[in-house]
Amino acid sequence: MTEACVGFTSVLRGAGLQCGPDRVQAFLRATEHVDLYWAGRLTLCADPDDLPRYDAVYRAYFGGTPPRPRATVELDSMTVGVAASDVEVLKHKDISEFDAAPLIARLRPLPPRRRSRRLRKARRGRVDLARTVRAMIETGGEIALPRHRRRGVKARRLVLLIDVSGSMAPYSDALLRFAHVIAHAMPVEVRTIGTRLTRVTRQLRERDPERALRAAGRAIPDYEGGTRLGDALRRFNQQWRQRGAVVVLFSDGWERGAPALLATEMARLRRVSHKVVWANPHAGKAGYEPVQRGVVAVLPHVDAMVAGHSVHALEELLKEVRRA
Amino acid sequence: MESPEELAAGLDGAGYLPDGGVATAAFLALRMGRPLFLEGEPGTGKTSLALALAKALDVPLIRLQCHEGIDATQALYDWDYPRQLMHLRVLETRGEVDEASLYTRRFLLARPLLQALENAPCVLLVDEIDRADDEFEAFLLEVLSENAVSIPEFGEIRATTPPLTVLTSNRTREVHDALKRRCLYHWLEHPSLDREVAILRRTLPGLDERLARKVAEAVGQMRGLDLLKPPGVAESLDWARALQALGRTEPDATTLGAVLKYREDADRVIGSTIVG
Repeated sequence: MTEACVGFTSVLRGAGLQCGPDRVQAFLRATEHVDLYWAGRLTLCADPDDLPRYDAVYRAYFGGTPPRPRATVELDSMTVGVAASDVEVLKHKDISEFDAAPLIARLRPLPPRRRSRRLRKARRGRVDLARTVRAMIETGGEIALPRHRRRGVKARRLVLLIDVSGSMAPYSDALLRFAHVIAHAMPVEVRTIGTRLTRVTRQLRERDPERALRAAGRAIPDYEGGTRLGDALRRFNQQWRQRGAVVVLFSDGWERGAPALLATEMARLRRVSHKVVWANPHAGKAGYEPVQRGVVAVLPHVDAMVAGHSVHALEELLKEVRRA
Repeated sequence: MESPEELAAGLDGAGYLPDGGVATAAFLALRMGRPLFLEGEPGTGKTSLALALAKALDVPLIRLQCHEGIDATQALYDWDYPRQLMHLRVLETRGEVDEASLYTRRFLLARPLLQALENAPCVLLVDEIDRADDEFEAFLLEVLSENAVSIPEFGEIRATTPPLTVLTSNRTREVHDALKRRCLYHWLEHPSLDREVAILRRTLPGLDERLARKVAEAVGQMRGLDLLKPPGVAESLDWARALQALGRTEPDATTLGAVLKYREDADRVIGSTIVG
């Protein structure tokens, strides 16, 4: 039985769950107390995204239906080796070498900043009673000069939304590489947009860029499909509850859905964000006019529109983000 | 508690109607001595589960509400500086300054985490951990994995029995995996229709069964509407309370303010056929 359980965890790992040895151990211990399904679900899952994968693997591995009460957790996209049936063209693109890759790997992004609520030692600011009293005790009760503390500076959260639809295909590899570099320099949330919204933050955490990109490629079901920016943004707005982030949207603005929806959702996104920057690969080209329906809808609701077509343009974008 | 079913009965007695998953998760947390990490939409009963667990197990509940910038002096312990200073003055006048006597238990202020270690067995609720920051997670991890704190000037304080720790998160931020790995993870869902009716009637004793069902049905439909803020159980309770207070027999549009907190959502629901 133990062997079967360990085998089960290795299949789960293949499906993208992060079950390391300590989790497997906890799982084995848990099976002594409660039934197999719950023992695994409580110890091996760590995120709502994990639950449908867990259920699918459980079904495939042990057979039968998981005794899960109801499935209301809806996922935008999931890929499990065992069950992948979707109407859309699920293109698991093998990401080929891109010329700009070495250049992108050399970028050194710096995070946008904000004031932290955590107090740190400082020369000026509020009186730090703890340190002051300590100083007094050390000198045997002599009156000490007051010590101070004040709010520090912290990295502001950054969100990258990357359009991976057909019209953006020549850029998506490079942009995902770019996202990977950023993901290893600061806290960042990365989603791809096509006909759906896919979270690739976790895939990009893998240190090796090639492996990270392959993992991301496997996770994205709608590579080079159409774009429904408005729908995707609406999903994002529903899921994203963090205020005050800097949001960068990479897109050319070719929108298949209704522009009105896109405008509403961009406005909503901007209300909860610190700054919304739109990186448009076409914006850097000579003779570019913002005429696409999507572009027209979005323009009033962004703080800045920048180009995103070259490594230089990406450097400029990073400066813009840093200044935010 | 010998089985998840027994714990479920205990929770039921404490006014919390758990489904099988919740009871199993809490049972396993008790059995394995691991913290229980609860995530779920707002209003799915994460916090109230901790309250009910304390009641069902008949132990005190110690609650730590997280916020950004929360630090050890607010969550774990702090020294009572004014008292230390007074004591120091007294020692000085006697001419016997002894630093060690300043760092004894009576000058130590126990904040929730330390209180939990000292008062175990108890239920420790670390509420909305997603609001705290990484620095806080790091030291919380230390306390939870050791069930002890070591205070440099004082020594170690260790719990005799580990407290049953419940952490809740609304997912406004992703909590670090190192912390999650120490915990059992449970995702709470909105209750089924029948369970929600039962919860409404359990919490509001005078509530008419028919009205309870109508409220639960309407709220269930709202959750399927793709709203900005889908209502949780807390909202259906508020709504039922409001309807009860007004003596209504049907859910109606005038009381929607108890369930929906965005104008767009209210417009959407009024435009549908959910309420008359």
